[in-house]
Formats: sequence, structure tokens, C-alpha cells
Amino acid sequence: MSTAIVLAGNPNSGKTTLFNELTGARQHVGNYPGVTVEKKQGTCSSDFGKLSIVDLPGTYSLTAYSLEEVVARDFLVNENPSMVVDIVDASNLERNLYLTVQFMEMGLPVTIALNMMDVAEKREIKIDIEKLSELLNVPVVPINARSGKGKKELLKTITSHVSGMVESLRISYGRDIDSALDKMEEMIQVFGFLTAKYRARWVAIKYFENDSQITELGKKEDQKVDLQLEGVVQKVTDHLSVTLDTHPEGMIADHRYGFIHSVLKQGVISYAQDRNRLQLSDKIDKVVTNQFLGPIIMVAIIMGLYKFTFSYSEIPIGWFENFFGWVGGIADSALPDGLLKSLVISGIIDGVGGVLGFVPLIMFMFLGIAFFEDSGYLARMAFMLDRVFRMFGLHGSSVMAFIVSGGIAGGCAVPGVMAARTLKSPKERLATLLTVPFMNCGAKLPVFALLVAAFFAENEAIVMLLITLISWIGALLVARLLRSTIIKGEATPFVMELPPYRLPTIKGILIHTWERTWQYIKKAGTVILGVSIILWAMMTFPGLDETKTQEFENRRSTITSIVSSKILGELDILEKDNLSANALAVKESLTQVDFDEAHAGLKNSIAGRIGSFFEGITKFAGFDWRTNIALVGGFAAKEVVVSTLGTAYSIGEVDPEETTSLSDKLKAADGWGPLTAFSLILFTIFYAPCFVTVVCIAKEAGSWKWAGFSVVFNTVLAFGVSVLFYQIGSIVF
Amino acid sequence: MNLRQMQVDQAGTIVSVKAVGELGRRIRDMGLIPGKEIKVQGRAPLKDPVSLRIMGFTLTLRNNEADHIEVEVQ
Repeated sequence: MSTAIVLAGNPNSGKTTLFNELTGARQHVGNYPGVTVEKKQGTCSSDFGKLSIVDLPGTYSLTAYSLEEVVARDFLVNENPSMVVDIVDASNLERNLYLTVQFMEMGLPVTIALNMMDVAEKREIKIDIEKLSELLNVPVVPINARSGKGKKELLKTITSHVSGMVESLRISYGRDIDSALDKMEEMIQVFGFLTAKYRARWVAIKYFENDSQITELGKKEDQKVDLQLEGVVQKVTDHLSVTLDTHPEGMIADHRYGFIHSVLKQGVISYAQDRNRLQLSDKIDKVVTNQFLGPIIMVAIIMGLYKFTFSYSEIPIGWFENFFGWVGGIADSALPDGLLKSLVISGIIDGVGGVLGFVPLIMFMFLGIAFFEDSGYLARMAFMLDRVFRMFGLHGSSVMAFIVSGGIAGGCAVPGVMAARTLKSPKERLATLLTVPFMNCGAKLPVFALLVAAFFAENEAIVMLLITLISWIGALLVARLLRSTIIKGEATPFVMELPPYRLPTIKGILIHTWERTWQYIKKAGTVILGVSIILWAMMTFPGLDETKTQEFENRRSTITSIVSSKILGELDILEKDNLSANALAVKESLTQVDFDEAHAGLKNSIAGRIGSFFEGITKFAGFDWRTNIALVGGFAAKEVVVSTLGTAYSIGEVDPEETTSLSDKLKAADGWGPLTAFSLILFTIFYAPCFVTVVCIAKEAGSWKWAGFSVVFNTVLAFGVSVLFYQIGSIVF
Repeated sequence: MNLRQMQVDQAGTIVSVKAVGELGRRIRDMGLIPGKEIKVQGRAPLKDPVSLRIMGFTLTLRNNEADHIEVEVQ
């Protein structure tokens, strides 16, 4: 039988490092039921049998305010773990024990793993471990999560102390509250009020703390008891506010800290130097968050991240492309021409290949983000930019998601959406998830490049800068709009720790990167493959009817019937470059027939019909059916807009990297001008995210509702902006 | 004096924390309670939020959150 152990502790206390150290690769990341909080589980074999370990979300306290805290608390209450291993940062003992005390008040069996003793020693903090253990009456084991030192001893202590619930710690909260608590405890016992799950005194304390989760449960359990308890609380609250100008919540926190302070003062801890003395970390902060240097360093670091991600991931992305090209080549020669071949190559291989092509990018991006997160720099970025983001209802920590998504043109919304996970505040996080797809990701760039080159060739740089600005302003304004309408709510407090800078552990970064990448790959195998096939079908079916196909066949035979057999022979055996002038001309006419056939097929396909159907509306934004199809294709991946435009304009598939022929065509085409081009640019910035991003939004927001919202809302918004621009533009110019 | 008005490097002792609800809880959970000594460590480039030192670690707080905290400056 395995023993269930729970790892708990403050953020930045080394909890995840210890978890990785204990479980190694034997871990599994999932979600707690119904919420998007990550649940990490793993097993650890020790000399004392197999332990199953759950890594609780890092929290400072156990209130009902944050999702993490509620999740942690519910888990502890429902699962009755045999031991709560509380990782405590020795260099930050007083604040870390605040959580410990709350575990003990719940009556949970606790073992303290005293981490970062080395840091404490460096700061000349002396801790009497035995004394601490004796005063708190729980085992305390010094460990070093990074090096794994003390791991054996910790496991031994855990296994020799496993037990069920223990006697709750009783702290005095002052005479008024204490006597009320006694009374309430008795009442709760008598009525068996919520006692199936919770300790009586703990429930009473939660009533004093005005804990919404418990009081709501209480109302459901027994309204009469609930009212009586509320009555007692109200009386004490009134009394405290008159006599001491304070309230029970404040008193309770004060006394908890008071209790910790009194324990520490009994010779547990001694400081040889001023506790608030500047440490190395603070000295770094003086420079890194400096008013002038801070922003400059930040920009340099972001550029570094981009450079690292995009230049180094290019090589493995190339391998992926070659691999899928190779697989496609095999399929091309192995399968007979026809629908199956088209499905395998254009539907499955291109679709999955396109998605897996992101894998190296995501790995590199997360390697970088994990480094910044674990080192502590991410918290500083949030600190510096919070003022700006807050104006728009976001949070300082939104910055990473925006930048990764293409805040500086060329990111990718997929890792961007996933990077929003570093945000702990649910409302700001949702607003961030929904607005980062407006950033200019690398796949939108070919579309912009094509249009800018064709219609704004003289002002390329200015127009590109304008595009970046528009996407930022748009994203921030939409965030503001969402936060004052459907995601309304108070700003989450920015009471945040700036953890000391630490060199991240390689193991930690690799595990972190792998987790995210693997989650992404799993998606590619399921939902994304399905959508990719649907999109392929939309652009293929119903295809051309027989008379039409026959027409193209006839055109081909007309061309070939008038040329000599010598030239035909030449076409059969020679490559394009070696053809004679006559043969080349014939070849080109034949290719033109192919292109025209593809064009006719596309127009007749479901996507084409959708495109034609919407022409009536989209003409207000300046788009004809061809542009519409391209935009439908862009839902697969934004750069597909370019290649589909190529097919729609009968010049074959266009390589997004090489678009000269298409820009020439567009310049000459009917209905195209700078106005239409810019209208399309605006639409591309704002319309529905590509489906890979949509899938990620669904996962990160925890519901398909928000994913659907982003598709519909963004498209409507984009259409509105484009029409407005096009109509006003048509009048002005 | 209100925490918002404190200068960088100024130190003092917290006299009262007026915030209630979620903000109050978060502030207190991090140890910002009457009697604790704090020191203003720095401010973000746009002067908000503020970072301060308490019980040997660094904490950040927005100015409108600092408004709830009264400090007796040394």
C-alpha cells in the first residue's frame, strides 16, 4: 500500500524543486477537477515503501480568496493525507510559519522540511531546529531541495510519523474572541454543524474570518445555527470596533503572527546582522528596477529572449519541416492520385506537421520563460510594468504573455496563451488570454509583408510600426472593455513577493519545459488533427463536377494536340530548367490550366461557397470572395491567408516567404488598392485566432465557452474595424 | 504617516492596517500587521508599485493599496 503525502508551502520556498527531487520523472501533471489549477502528482520509492506525493499549489495562507488556496484547502480536507510536508524557507522563517500554523489549526499531521538553510547561514541567521520542533510539537528536518541533501532523513521522518488527523493547535486570539470561540465551538459540536468534514473550532474561526466558502456551506447545512454563529460574530465585531478600533479578521492575523513571534523569540532564531540589510539580490534590484536602467535592461532581456527563441529554434524547426516534407514525399509517391492522397498530404501531414512544427518554438520559448520565472526576473518585470497594465484592467504579470504572443512582432500566441499561466489572478488572466491573440505573431507577418510590399512600398517601416501600435492599442482597449463588462471585478491586489534572485536548477527548467511542450503535443494529436481535416474538407469538397473537369481536360488536350511529339517527349523527361523555349511555353500553359482548375475547385468548395456567400457583407470592408476564402484558410494558420490567396488568384500555391508574384497580381487586380489592403491588414490583426490558439485558450480558460467567444467576438470586432476604416476611407480618399 | 508618502530607504513601524476583505487579508497574510518594521526598498519606474522590506523579504504593493497602511516613521 502506498502512503499519501502532500507537499505544501509558500511560493518560492523550493517546493517544486523538492517535488522534482523526490519524484524525478515519475510525475504526472493534471488539473484539479473543474478548475485550471495544476495538480502535480508523483511517486517516490523509499526504504520505507512507496509514497504517493501530491504537490499542492504554493500559497501564503489558506483563505477562500484565491483559487489556489481553496483548492489546497479542499484537497487537505477531502483527502485526509497521512502527512503534510510543509516546506519552509529557513531564510524567511517567520512568514513561512504563518501557513504552517494554519495547517496545525486544521489538525493536520505536519512535518516541517526546513529548506534553504545555506541561505540562512549566509545571512548569519541561526536556527535552533530542535527547539523549533519542540515548541511547535512537530518534526523538523533540515533539507537542501536543490542538492537533495537531507532527503533520506526527511523520508525517514515522514514515514515514522505518518498518522491521521492530530490534535488541533489552539492559539489565543485575545480574550473577546477566545471566549466567543469557546461558545461557538460548543454550539457547533452540539448541532454537529459541518463537523463531518471540519473541526468545530476551525469552523468557528472561519466564521470570524468571514470566510465565504465556509459560511456558504454553513447556510446550506443549517440556517438556524448559521444565524446564531453570525450573531455571536457580529456582537464581538461590534465590540472590537468600539473598544479597540479593529475587527476580528485583523485580530486573528495579528495573533497568529504573535504566536509565531513568541515561538521564535524563545531562542529558536537569532540574527547576527540586521534582517533588512541589503542582500546581493537587493543590490541587483537597485540596478535592474532602476527608473532609467530598468526599462532599458528589460527591453534588452526581451530582445535576448526573442533572439534565443527564434534563431535557435529555427534549426530544429527546419528538421521538423524536412521530416514532414519527406513523409509527404513518400505519401506522394506511394499513394495513387485522388482524394485519399489529398487527404493524407494536405489534411493530415500538412496539418499535423504545421502544428508539430511549433514544438521546437514552444520548447525554446518555455525554456526562456522558465528561466526568467525561476530566476525571479519575471516578478520584476511585473513590478515595473504593473502601472501600465493596470490602467487597462490587466496585471503586471500579463506582460510575458503579451510579449511572447508577438508584442514585438514575430512571437506566437500559442506559447503566449500558455504563458498566461504565470498569472495568479483569475479575472486578469482571462482578460489576458482573450487579448494576447491580437499581437502580431510570426504567422501574420507574411500577410502584412505581402500587402505592405504591394501597396505601401514607399513607407514600409512606418506602416509596419503602425501595425504594431494598432495591435497593442487594440488589445489593451479590448482588455479594458472586457474588464468593465463581462469580466468585471476589482483589480486583484498586487501584494506580491519579489523573491531573491536564484540560479534556476537545470532539472527544474527542463521538467517545466517538457510539461508544457508535452501538453501541447497531446493536443496536436487529437483536437488539432480533427480541425485540420475539417478545414481540408471545406477547401476540397464538393470539388468540380464532371463537365467542369472535362472542360479543363479538353483545354489540356487542345494545348498538347497542336505541339509536336518531340516537345511532348521533352516535357516527359527533362526538368523545367533544361527545356527549350517552345517546350517551356507549352509547360507554362499547362500549369496555367492546373492553376485555373485549382481556382475553380476552390471557388466551388464549401469554403469557396462560404466566401461567396459572405461577399454580400464583406464588400463593405472591401473583401471579395477570394479574400474571404483566404481568411477562412487563415483560421488554420495565419500564413495560409497568403497561400490561399495565391490559389484564389490562379497563380498556384504561393510560398509565404516569396510573394512577389502575388503582390504584382494583387496590384493589378480589380478592387485592390491601399484602402482594401489596409482594411485586410486590420482584419488580420483582430480576427479569430488560429485554431491552435483557440484550442489552447479553451484549455487555459477551462472552458470552450471562452474559446468560442474569442472566435466570434474577435471576428465581429475585426469586421467592425475594417468596415469602419474602409467606409470612412472611401469617403475621405 | 501613510505608507504611500514614505520615501525610498525610509523605515518605520506599522501602526494600523485599515484594509478589509481580500486586500486586507492578503496584506496581513504577508505579515503587514501592526508592530512590524518595514523599510521602503524602491519604486517601479513609474513610481508605482512600491517595494518594501519586511521580516527579511521583499514585498510589492500598489500605491492605492499602500494607502490603507499607516506607519510611524523612525
